[in-house]
Amino acid sequence: MTYSRLRLISLTVLRVLVGWHLLYEGISKLINPYWSSAAYLLDSKWLLSGVAETIVANPTLLSISDNVNMWGLTLVGALLLLGLFARYAAVAGAVLVLLYYFFAPPFFGLEYSKPAEGSYLIVNKNLIEACVLWVLYTFPTSHIIGLDRFFQVTNKSEDNYE
Amino acid sequence: MSNKNKKLNKTSLGRRELLKSLATVPVFGVFLIALWQKMRMDALKKSNVLSNLIQEKTAPAVVSDLSNTKHLNLGIIGYGGRGHHLIRGVGFATPDWTEKAAENARKNKLDKALVTFMSQQDLNCSIVGVCDLFDVRAEEGIQASKNEIRPGSKSIQTATRYRHYKELLANDEIDAVIIATPDHWHARIAIDAAKAGKHVYCEKGLTRTFDEAIKVYDTIKETGIVFQLGHQNRQVEANEKAKQIIDQGLLGPINLVELTTNRNSPWGAWVWDIHPEGNARTIDWDTFQEPSPNKIPFGEEALKRFFRWRMWFDYGTGLSGDLFSHDFDALNQMMELGIPKYASSTGGIYFYKDGRDVPDVWHATLEYPEKDLTVLYSATLSSNNARGNRIMGHDATMMMGGHAGTGSVHGFIVTADSESTQYKDRLEQGIINTKYPIYTYSPGSKQIDGVTSATSRYFANRGLLYTYREGKRVDATHLHVKDWLDSIRSGGQPKCNIEMALHEAVSCHMATESYLTGRRIEWDPVNRKLI
Repeated sequence: MTYSRLRLISLTVLRVLVGWHLLYEGISKLINPYWSSAAYLLDSKWLLSGVAETIVANPTLLSISDNVNMWGLTLVGALLLLGLFARYAAVAGAVLVLLYYFFAPPFFGLEYSKPAEGSYLIVNKNLIEACVLWVLYTFPTSHIIGLDRFFQVTNKSEDNYE
Repeated sequence: MSNKNKKLNKTSLGRRELLKSLATVPVFGVFLIALWQKMRMDALKKSNVLSNLIQEKTAPAVVSDLSNTKHLNLGIIGYGGRGHHLIRGVGFATPDWTEKAAENARKNKLDKALVTFMSQQDLNCSIVGVCDLFDVRAEEGIQASKNEIRPGSKSIQTATRYRHYKELLANDEIDAVIIATPDHWHARIAIDAAKAGKHVYCEKGLTRTFDEAIKVYDTIKETGIVFQLGHQNRQVEANEKAKQIIDQGLLGPINLVELTTNRNSPWGAWVWDIHPEGNARTIDWDTFQEPSPNKIPFGEEALKRFFRWRMWFDYGTGLSGDLFSHDFDALNQMMELGIPKYASSTGGIYFYKDGRDVPDVWHATLEYPEKDLTVLYSATLSSNNARGNRIMGHDATMMMGGHAGTGSVHGFIVTADSESTQYKDRLEQGIINTKYPIYTYSPGSKQIDGVTSATSRYFANRGLLYTYREGKRVDATHLHVKDWLDSIRSGGQPKCNIEMALHEAVSCHMATESYLTGRRIEWDPVNRKLI
């Protein structure tokens, strides 16, 4: 895929910012001994609320959920930021964030005990971030700017943009 | 292109190559620096919050395990709602309860009542005697005594039903009794039980009247039996933690404590169900009302009084003995208050115009001039606006329950006062911020309980339902009964012994007396009289 210089920079900045955000989301949970995904899951509505309840009721599942979140976010964030295996990271991140969306979708008629920090109707920041991660998967930049460049076997010296 | 140029180009290409590969690494570096700075700032803030000022003591010692020493035979006198809970604390539930709890757990995965019950320690007891004036409940007690679904081994003995408590006390096999009757029966039964050499666990409030409380106290002291009053808050870890903080003076001088009760449901206001099988044949009404000052013949009114006895001064003391007593005892546990010098109270029947004579809105003030302290209690049964309890010090305020909202059951938060002397420097340096708690205690914040009903939440917030031992949820009532049984076996004193019971009873009766007479009541500690 070829990008103009402006497009490359824009997409890279987007990747770095999303990476930064997910990285800190993960680390802030890792360093907080009291953090648990339980509170979020307990407030779950719609299709996945039963799944959420099962997870919360089972200490093993809850612990897995906590770890997947803490480490998943940290790893995905760091990889996007550094541009290492960034396409895989983008897909994993998109799935993770999409799960947050579907565990608590902002549909009308669904009331949540924790107020949202903005005003949302069907579309919220989780959905947008999941979508952004998908865009980062479809428009990869890490093979040009990022550690993935080291893995480029062919055409190494050629810049992949016009 | 010359060779030299080619070489230069190659080098610069290689360098550009590397630069592009590593272009975002500096951003990662910036992230790490920002993270490090933030963590350092948080650590500095944390080092100045109370958690570091408190000389951490280990969690309250779990009473050494004496349950396997001597098998104890227990009698239960009064097997109503509270009696059921207490006997579950001993390890016996009715088959109805275990079935329903199992079904609830199936329906709601967060309902842990059965799991908590089944993981209780086996206290090595049998329920051998049940006394209840209502046939249905007496039969339930017998069923509970032989229910095979229980923690530990199968039950050894099945309970016998006694129609009168004196017959139960005459059984020499019985080592100890649990009294969970309405309050107007507590004194007579406790005194007779002690004289018969039985150890006594008595529900709160200790007695219906002040005079009865003194008599019970004297009898327990004379007989030397092991007595426990039913304030299970004594087992709650949060209260011990709060005591440590207060003892170390971290709240500064405390001149005002505010205790509150907010409930807003008929159930919370003691409008309890009248059992469909309750009638003249199944209820021994005459015995029930024997100690009460006013007597009425059996009929519809009597049925109400039998099942909703807390609504009348004939059988109890309303908010005073039911709910104020809990909050008072918890405060007495944390601050070792003892009996106040003066008490006054006001209130009225403002919402429940249903024939009751105890107030549904009621406030009491206890004055401790020697401690420079006022304890204020305020209760309403017609608003759920949970205000929580607050211990207000010059340097910091401790808030428990209510809107303190520490996010879990019976935690508390401590917030510094903007005019604090003790924290002045740290406030000025901005290390302590009055907007945020300097100490938060939220046990089990990673644990989830399915405590759902408003009344359950009321009790849970006060630590009256569950507490935590080594991070595991346990029923406070179970621990409280265990504390009593362990004391019987070891010859020690349980946590809410007769001295604590006297503090509770006299304080509550002073407040009740003030409401009934409309004047301030003074305690005469020398002559042990109310003036």
